[in-house]
Amino acid sequence: MTPSPPVEAQLAPPLLEVENLKVSFATPQGELRAVQGVSLSLEQGKTLGIVGESGSGKTVLSRAIMGLLPRHSATQTGSVRFQGEEILNTSDKNLRHFWGTKIAMVFQDPMTSLNPVQRIGHQITETLKLHLKLDRAEAKETALSLLIQVGIPSPVERFDNYPNQLSGGMRQRVIIAIALACAPRLLMADEPTTGLDVTVQAQILDLLSTLQRDRQMGMVLVTHDLGVVATRTDEIIVMYAGNVVERAPTHVLFSEMSMPYTEALLRSIPRIGNPSHTRLMSIEGRPPDLISPPPGCPFAPRCPYVQDKCRHEKPPLVEGAVPGHSYACWFPISTPVTLKSDSGAGVA
Amino acid sequence: MGRYIAKRVVLLIIIVFFVSVASFFLVHLLPGNPAVAILGPNDTPQNSAILNKQLGLDHSLWVQYFIWISHVFRGNLGQSFTTHQTTTNILANSFPIDIELIVFSQLMAFAVALPMAMTASRRPNRLFDQFSNSTAFGFLALPPFVIGPVLVLLFAVHWRVFPGPASYVPLTQNFWSNIHTMLLPSIVLALGSIVLYFRLLRNDLISTLQEDFITMARSKGLTDRRIMWRHALRPSSVTLLSSAGVAIAGLIAGTFVVELLLQLPGLGFQLISSINQDDYTVVQGITLVVAVAIVLIQFFFDFIFTVVDPRIARD
Amino acid sequence: MTEIAAAMPEETASLGPLGVLLPGGAAAPDHGAPKKRLGIFFWICAGWIGLIILVALFANLLPLPNPDFQNFAAPQNGAPGWGHLLGTDDLNRDIFSRLLFGSRVSLIVGFGSTAIGLILGGIPGMFSAYRRGRVDTLLNTVSYIVLAFPALVAVIAIGSFWGHQLWKITVVIGVFSAPLIFRIIRASTLSYASRDFVMAAKALGASDSRILAREIFPNILPTIVSFGLIAVAGVIVLEGTLAFLGLSVPPPTPSWGNMLNEGASLLAGGPGQNNPWLVIFPAAAMFSLLFTLNVVADKLRSHFDVTEVKL
Repeated sequence: MTPSPPVEAQLAPPLLEVENLKVSFATPQGELRAVQGVSLSLEQGKTLGIVGESGSGKTVLSRAIMGLLPRHSATQTGSVRFQGEEILNTSDKNLRHFWGTKIAMVFQDPMTSLNPVQRIGHQITETLKLHLKLDRAEAKETALSLLIQVGIPSPVERFDNYPNQLSGGMRQRVIIAIALACAPRLLMADEPTTGLDVTVQAQILDLLSTLQRDRQMGMVLVTHDLGVVATRTDEIIVMYAGNVVERAPTHVLFSEMSMPYTEALLRSIPRIGNPSHTRLMSIEGRPPDLISPPPGCPFAPRCPYVQDKCRHEKPPLVEGAVPGHSYACWFPISTPVTLKSDSGAGVA
Repeated sequence: MGRYIAKRVVLLIIIVFFVSVASFFLVHLLPGNPAVAILGPNDTPQNSAILNKQLGLDHSLWVQYFIWISHVFRGNLGQSFTTHQTTTNILANSFPIDIELIVFSQLMAFAVALPMAMTASRRPNRLFDQFSNSTAFGFLALPPFVIGPVLVLLFAVHWRVFPGPASYVPLTQNFWSNIHTMLLPSIVLALGSIVLYFRLLRNDLISTLQEDFITMARSKGLTDRRIMWRHALRPSSVTLLSSAGVAIAGLIAGTFVVELLLQLPGLGFQLISSINQDDYTVVQGITLVVAVAIVLIQFFFDFIFTVVDPRIARD
Repeated sequence: MTEIAAAMPEETASLGPLGVLLPGGAAAPDHGAPKKRLGIFFWICAGWIGLIILVALFANLLPLPNPDFQNFAAPQNGAPGWGHLLGTDDLNRDIFSRLLFGSRVSLIVGFGSTAIGLILGGIPGMFSAYRRGRVDTLLNTVSYIVLAFPALVAVIAIGSFWGHQLWKITVVIGVFSAPLIFRIIRASTLSYASRDFVMAAKALGASDSRILAREIFPNILPTIVSFGLIAVAGVIVLEGTLAFLGLSVPPPTPSWGNMLNEGASLLAGGPGQNNPWLVIFPAAAMFSLLFTLNVVADKLRSHFDVTEVKL
């Protein structure tokens, strides 16, 4: 996957460390617990994948890590440390030292994430002028080279375009260019390919991997699609209803898959190799109520292997046999699942 | 873009035409001989002769209209039968006062409404927002003819902070005295506009601030101030500019009111005086000019609208 | 420390990139939608309006001095006192009485003109929006043109030629408010006319006027009521402005605008000569009426607007 960082870097604190992060929102119906105690860590140069369906809390998690949640409606507890420095619940003023320069985010919907009335060249140079204090000519030069790096043809022309003059894939490349403009150490990519054409998705994901490797950034890839993270991450976290339900280095996840939810996610990915008219497997039922979650394992109502204990006691996250693998299940699946991920098409 | 402008210009011409027709025919609402009616108490052989020449009263109605319009195009709007000043002259002397009033008051309104809206939109429905919403609502119930006399009573008569009625000093004569005189009427006019601008801006800003690109801007490390000014305001200013056009139309009434209240010799004052003196040609001339001016101003603001927001022009 | 309110992204059910239907997500947190009750403040305001209407209707039954009666026994420009609750004006008339009788002008013009506007503008608006076609385009353009002409100037000009009787003023203002009402009701009808339930009624063979009356009208009624009240407030302001300029119902008929005109003209005289009561009381009366009208109209609008999201 990615080359190991040099020994000196390994002695430094991890790029990102999250400890028992909890996020809840006050709603008229009660407290909505979007994230219920998540811990993770990411080293420089590595990629972490966070996988979960809509409502699993993965987007809230990524925003909370960045500090972008509105402070007056979100309660955040726990610890988020970037290069050893605590950034959770610090002021916006403090966070602005990190935003754009050390941590950057690639957003989900490129159409709405770009300012529709500003030219894209300006949107890129804005941070260059502000954070790196480049003058207009230098900024433009840098921006043009960024546009080339993200694979946008005829960058000089595109520099003066408005967002609505670009295709969806190109807009997403622009967002990536903006995010990378000041060479951040950590890149959070929140569903960077949702809504894009299938063929374009692969290009964008490849682009992200390449850029991450070249710049030795840490990257967090948030997605609902297990197939996306299968070949592009070093470690995967699976989230369900605000909890981490399984975590492992990528290849370990697929060989030692333990939590039924992870298995269900995997099963729901259609394979090109399957015979035609194979039924799409989807997971029955709906995610639980995050305001008053029922006792026991959150996945219990939908788990095909559910037992009585699952409904009454919530399984803690425990270490598995293989180091680095942990899961939260009373009755983990013990059989390994073979993943035909190397056939590439349709999955990555 | 060109087609869009062409369409608007055609519409503008049609409207101006109708306005001119309406202004002209007002005079002919009167029963009997229009000449006698127009002149009224000013019926002298001398005035009759002037009127006949101006209006071509022996011709058919439409010809009269065209004669009148041709006069108008040459800058001849008739003359007052009481003072024998030409209407054009009257207009030239009084127009600047109105312009000053409008500009001054809108600047004031903007200077108040903008920071209010920016502060309120940052924390919607919290204390400041609710407070400013209620205050704005209250201003709605204070049109110029209600709040004007009250303010004059308090500030000009009782506390003597501002000069009272009939103390207008032209800008050319004495700059600071002029400002001093114009301050109170501008405040009266500004109140209504503050409501309009504040509401529009606040609502627009709130919905703009919820957009994804604002979150993205935050994640770029831009300061709140920069985001507000450079990113949030621009889309919102579209609504603001188009509302300025609407606001201007409402300002006319207010301008007339403050002119009468403080006896400022502006257009409104002239219009009212002419009406009271039965000086119908002047009334006709002023009506035409004011109406056309409003139409042009609204057209102008519509036009700015398309420049500020490139997306509109592209449609 | 201020902060930009960045809203939570909504998590909804989505189609995964590989075409797999993923289960729907939890609803986005509700940042407190208001309960749609009318509230006590609403009823207080509505009550105040009702009270003014009652006073206007039954003013002559109240034990008030004649509003036109010049009582030379009382002081000129006198302060409020026992005999004259709100003082006297410079013609020795009782302000309180004139205030109560003066409400008639505002209310008659306000509701009368709006009624005329609704009939002249609203009904064509409904039909025009429903039928569409050339008539609709024509009417729409006409209304746009008439709207372009500043109403105040037009009303002043017409009034000065035609006369200032109360009914004439009401008619003129009514006619000039018609284009705006036309556009509002037309827009409102348009949003309902294309909906499925209308088409369903048509398919069942209902006639046009039946559809308009039974299907569309009940839906636009809330808009009519709340906008109508706003229109009433606007007309009252217009008439008040005219009266202040001396171009509405002529003296000695009392109207709040007239009284303000008188009060304002006395201001030129300085602290000794003027009559603050003649300014303060009509101003307060006008403010109270306009304020309550706006509150009622606004609360009704938000009560009936099911699609509104309070931010």
